[in-house]
Amino acid sequence: MKKNIMKVNLSKDAKYNLITIAAIIVVYAMCQIMIAAGMMSYLMKGLLVPFCYYSILAVSLNLTVGILGELSLGQAGFMCIGAFASAFFSKCTINLIPNTFIRFTLAIFVGALAAAIFGMFIGVAVLRLRGDYLAIVTLAFGEIIKNVLNTIFVGYDSKGFHFSLKDAASLKLQGDGTLIINGPQGITSTPQDTNFTVSTLLLIATFIIVANLINSRSGRAIMAIRDNRIAAEAMGIDVTKFRILAFTITAALAGVAGVLYAHNISSLNATPKNFGYNMSIMILVFVVLGGIGNIRGSIIASVILTLLPEYLRFLQDYRMLIYAIVLIIMMILNWNPTCIAWRKKYSLGSIFRKKTQGEV
Amino acid sequence: MKNCMRKIVGIGLTLSMIAALFAGCGKKADKASDGEKVFYIGGSGPLTGSYAAYGMGVKNGAELAVKEINEAGGINGVKIKFSYEDDEGDQEKAINAYNILKDKGMNIMMGTVTSGACAAVIEKTKQDGMFQITPSASSTDVLKYGNVFQVCFTDPNQGIASAKYIAETGLAKKVAIIYDSSDIYSSGIQATFKEEAQKQGLEIVADEAFTSDNKTDFSVQLQKAKDGGAELVFLPIYYQEASLILQQAASMDYKPIFFGCDGMDGILNVENFDTSLAEGVILLAPFAAVEGIDDQTTKFVKDYKAAYGELPNQFAADAYDAIYVIKAAIEESGATADMSIKELGDALKAAMLKIKVDGLTGKEMTWSSTGEVNKQPRVYKVVNGEYALAE
Repeated sequence: MKKNIMKVNLSKDAKYNLITIAAIIVVYAMCQIMIAAGMMSYLMKGLLVPFCYYSILAVSLNLTVGILGELSLGQAGFMCIGAFASAFFSKCTINLIPNTFIRFTLAIFVGALAAAIFGMFIGVAVLRLRGDYLAIVTLAFGEIIKNVLNTIFVGYDSKGFHFSLKDAASLKLQGDGTLIINGPQGITSTPQDTNFTVSTLLLIATFIIVANLINSRSGRAIMAIRDNRIAAEAMGIDVTKFRILAFTITAALAGVAGVLYAHNISSLNATPKNFGYNMSIMILVFVVLGGIGNIRGSIIASVILTLLPEYLRFLQDYRMLIYAIVLIIMMILNWNPTCIAWRKKYSLGSIFRKKTQGEV
Repeated sequence: MKNCMRKIVGIGLTLSMIAALFAGCGKKADKASDGEKVFYIGGSGPLTGSYAAYGMGVKNGAELAVKEINEAGGINGVKIKFSYEDDEGDQEKAINAYNILKDKGMNIMMGTVTSGACAAVIEKTKQDGMFQITPSASSTDVLKYGNVFQVCFTDPNQGIASAKYIAETGLAKKVAIIYDSSDIYSSGIQATFKEEAQKQGLEIVADEAFTSDNKTDFSVQLQKAKDGGAELVFLPIYYQEASLILQQAASMDYKPIFFGCDGMDGILNVENFDTSLAEGVILLAPFAAVEGIDDQTTKFVKDYKAAYGELPNQFAADAYDAIYVIKAAIEESGATADMSIKELGDALKAAMLKIKVDGLTGKEMTWSSTGEVNKQPRVYKVVNGEYALAE
């Protein structure tokens, strides 16, 4: 394996990415072995899918925050769109398309497309401007989406779709009708199509999409815009186009995470808890702690920070307090220059290197 | 070469760390499954966040009941173990809480407190065949599979019962509704109340909504009710918002009859709230902390105050009843603690249809196969700053 990599003489970036994908696959295989051997707790089993969709959210947000250099506070809003669009699709087609694989694949595309359309819409309007407008608009967008979805009532019967913004009674559904989106009660009994394998595949796909984009011509253009917009413009780069491109991909991938969320938990409603402002901030925290622009770091940070509150449960009410303190400590350890120097000096890697240096 | 080695070592270390982490969990799960067999009741509800008061009530009420039962020798001589996890009222967290409880060895689920979280957990209990009884998740969504039994009324039933009561007692002809359109509980009651009120010949002069993001100023809604000449304002909402509505109505000199449902319970304990404003408020609730209504309630209120230093709310009473309902179902079915989760679930489900329980929240409670409870609602009125039974 090692020799092969050397022979093909891959670039440094490609090697780095391959190692990350290999690591994801190895962890996936280990989890499957542990499930098969009955060694994994119910909590961990239940968290495997959330690990994946939080990672997807963080990786995709990293594209906007780290690579494009814009602040987006609406990641949960795009997730919400993806979740509702796909859950709506799955509920409508559950009888039409009995094959889970085809239905869920289509649902993923529906969720991604819906979120991408909204992302593009916002991007076209806002990304032409300079300054922090994207943060402001995405923040508002997330809150608006949540509230709008709480007032929508959609039902289906033999006469077709019925839509209302008032209440379920004004839909005037026939006897055979079903209520699909029930205002604040959201969408219930979405088929539980998500599983760990699909989630892992989507995580790898997300990683490949983002990593490839970064190493492509478009990616270099996007990073050039981040580093110096005027210089990039002078080089003939269509600044707005590339900014919209990066932001739309972020939104679409967040939509995919929403699809996984909606089909993992079969009861979906938009509350401040799951699709609110705090959720967007939490995803941003994953990105910042994992390292802005560092995709592998985003995945690791998402997993650790999703797991942490569950492992701190024994602290009861102090849980959230300790969680915040842990975040601060992690931030200092990760990014304080003194800590970085100290870490380099005493890290396991460097100790190992010193030993091998003698041999080589 | 060096670089590559370093990476491999790094990955190796990470993997071993992950393995250690996961293995740790595995061991914990094994430990819980052996040892002495008990009825392990797990509960979950919000202990943090804006619904924390409800989750705390359920926790305390259930713990009180478990303590009493264990002191009296348990169920058929078997002790109950009770464990409660925070779910923050969120679906995702509720699933995590459920899984944690299962890791600990839970074989009966008493939860969850909020409807949205409950709708997610029923999928899990359905898969596992676990017996589930909810103290307060009142939406009809949780009854979908018929695997959950409710101690509380469903939201639609509360709406219907309220409209009927208002019409039958002739409290008012013109009615206004102020409700939280972003809340499952509130909009659930509002929908059926409106329907039933029209059937009963009540005139709805204002049907005003607010959302959870915008719940401090109600002057617009109140003004509409006042302009419409409503004699009664129906408030199917929680007590925090209701207390603000009462204050704002008083400041605009509007004095209709205020009528609430079980979420209104707690209005007399709101901090910095002038309880004289709540004078005459009527609420349709299964329970209110009034000493002297009957022996059972008096004892419960006293014990609860002694243990936790505050008046129990309706959620505490629901949870207290839920534990006793579980006890009654176990006794009826003759279930034993060494049954598997599924066997126990099936046995208790069958027993639930046969039992009749006298609880704090209703006399002679029975259950239908859908999981809905049949009991008589009670109507309370605030008189001299205290609840009293309204006739």
